[in-house]
Amino acid sequence: MKVEVDPDVCAGSGMCALTDPAVFDQDEVDGTVVLLQPSPTGEHEKAAREAAHLCPAGAIRVLD
Amino acid sequence: MTETLYSELPSQRSTAFDPPAELGLLRERAPISRMKFPDGHLGWLVTSYELAREVHADRRFSSRAELQHSPRPVAGKPVPQRPPAKPGMFIGMDAPDHTRYRKLLTGQFTVRRMNQLMPRIEEIVAEHLAAMRASGTSADLVADFALPVPSMVICELLGVPYEDRQAFQEDTAKALRLDSTFEEIMEAFERLEDFVLQLAKRKHVEPGDDMLSGLIATGELTDEEVANMGLLLLVAGHETTANMLGIGTLLLLQHPEQVAALQADPSLVDNAVEELMRYLSIIQFGTLRTALEDVEIGGVVVKAGESVSISVAAANRDPARFERPDEFDVRRSAAGHLAFGHGVHQCLGQQLARIEMRVGFAALFREFPDLRLGVPAEDVKLRTDMAIYGVHELPVEFS
Repeated sequence: MKVEVDPDVCAGSGMCALTDPAVFDQDEVDGTVVLLQPSPTGEHEKAAREAAHLCPAGAIRVLD
Repeated sequence: MTETLYSELPSQRSTAFDPPAELGLLRERAPISRMKFPDGHLGWLVTSYELAREVHADRRFSSRAELQHSPRPVAGKPVPQRPPAKPGMFIGMDAPDHTRYRKLLTGQFTVRRMNQLMPRIEEIVAEHLAAMRASGTSADLVADFALPVPSMVICELLGVPYEDRQAFQEDTAKALRLDSTFEEIMEAFERLEDFVLQLAKRKHVEPGDDMLSGLIATGELTDEEVANMGLLLLVAGHETTANMLGIGTLLLLQHPEQVAALQADPSLVDNAVEELMRYLSIIQFGTLRTALEDVEIGGVVVKAGESVSISVAAANRDPARFERPDEFDVRRSAAGHLAFGHGVHQCLGQQLARIEMRVGFAALFREFPDLRLGVPAEDVKLRTDMAIYGVHELPVEFS
C-alpha cells in the first residue's frame, strides 16, 4: 500500500495528523500535509485509509 | 429520484437533544429535496450523510456570501440579499481568495500547535472550576465555565483583551438571535468589526505575541482584512465551543452510566467529544452552498444560482453511516461526523475546539464527580431561539 498527498489542495484541517501522527504531519508554516511514512503497514495502513476518507479536501490518496 | 418535496426547513424539536423529526423523514424519502427559503428563494435541502459530504467537497458549490439564500429565519421581512463578504471574512469566499486568507492561519491551528496550548487550557479550566468550587455548592455552568473558558482561550490566542469580553459576547449573541432583524444583525456585526479594527490598529503600533499581531506582521494584509479575519476567529472561537460544553454537560448528566464510563476510563474522552459533536450538531441551520453551474446530484439537477441548505444534524444521524444513530454512546467511533463541516471550508479551529472540550469535560467530571442538575431537566432553557443551539443557563449542584 502506498500513500500520496497533495499539499496544494490541502486545507490544513489537521484530520490526518490527528488520525495518525506516525504517518502524517503538518507543515510548521502553513499547516499543509507532510507525509512521514509513504508505505505504512499494520495498524498504520488502516489509519492511513481512514485519514484519506476523513480528509476534507481530498488531499490524500491511497494506492493499493 | 424524481420526487421533490416542498417545505421550509423544519425547526421544531420534540426533544432537547434530537434534531426535528421531519428531517429524518425527509432523509428517508428524498435526501435532496426542494425547499423554500425565508427570502422566498426556491432551493434545496440535503439531509443524508453521503450527499452532505458530496456537496461540501464539490467546488461547483460556492460559499460566496452574496450568492447565498440563508435557511435561517430572520425577523422582519423581506429579507434583503446578502452583501459580498468583506475583505478578510473568508468564510464567505471561494478559491483563490479563501485559500489566500486561510493559508495565513492554518499554520497557527495545527494539531501540534494546539497540543502545545494544552497546559494553558488546563490552567484556565482549573481556575474556573476552582472558582466554582469556592463559590459554594451550586453554579450556572454556562456563565461560570462553558462560556468563559473558550472566550478566555480565544482572547489570549488572538490578543483580544479579556476585559472587553462583555462587548463581543453581547453583540455575538445579538447576531445569533433568531428574533433579531437583518438590520440588528448587521449593526451588531458592524460594532464587532469596529471593535476588532481598533484593536488591529493599536497592534499595528504596539505588536504583541499574539495571532492578530502575527497577521499584521505578514505585511500582506490591510488592517481591515486583519480585523475581519480576527472577528471570524473570535466569534467562531467562543460561541460554538461554549455551547458544546453547556449542552454537552446536560446530555452527559442525563446519561450517568456514560459519565461513569468516562470517569472509570478518562482516555474515553477523545471519543466522547466526537460523539457529543455528532449527536448534538449544534449548528442548527447547518451549512450552505450555492451552485455556480447546473450540478447533477442525488438524482436531481441543482440549477446554477440555487442554494443548497445542508442539514448537518440530519446527516450526522444518518443510519447509512452511523449504526443506531439516535443512541448517544461515548464508546462508539463517531469519526467522520460532519459537525465541523467538510471540504476546504471545514472548521479551521477544530483542533482547538477538540482540545478545549477534551480538557473541559474531563476536568469537570473529575473535579465534580457528583455533579448534578440544579433544576428538573425540562426546566433548562434551551437555545431554540439562537442560530447556535445549546442551553442559555445550566444550573448545577455539587458537594
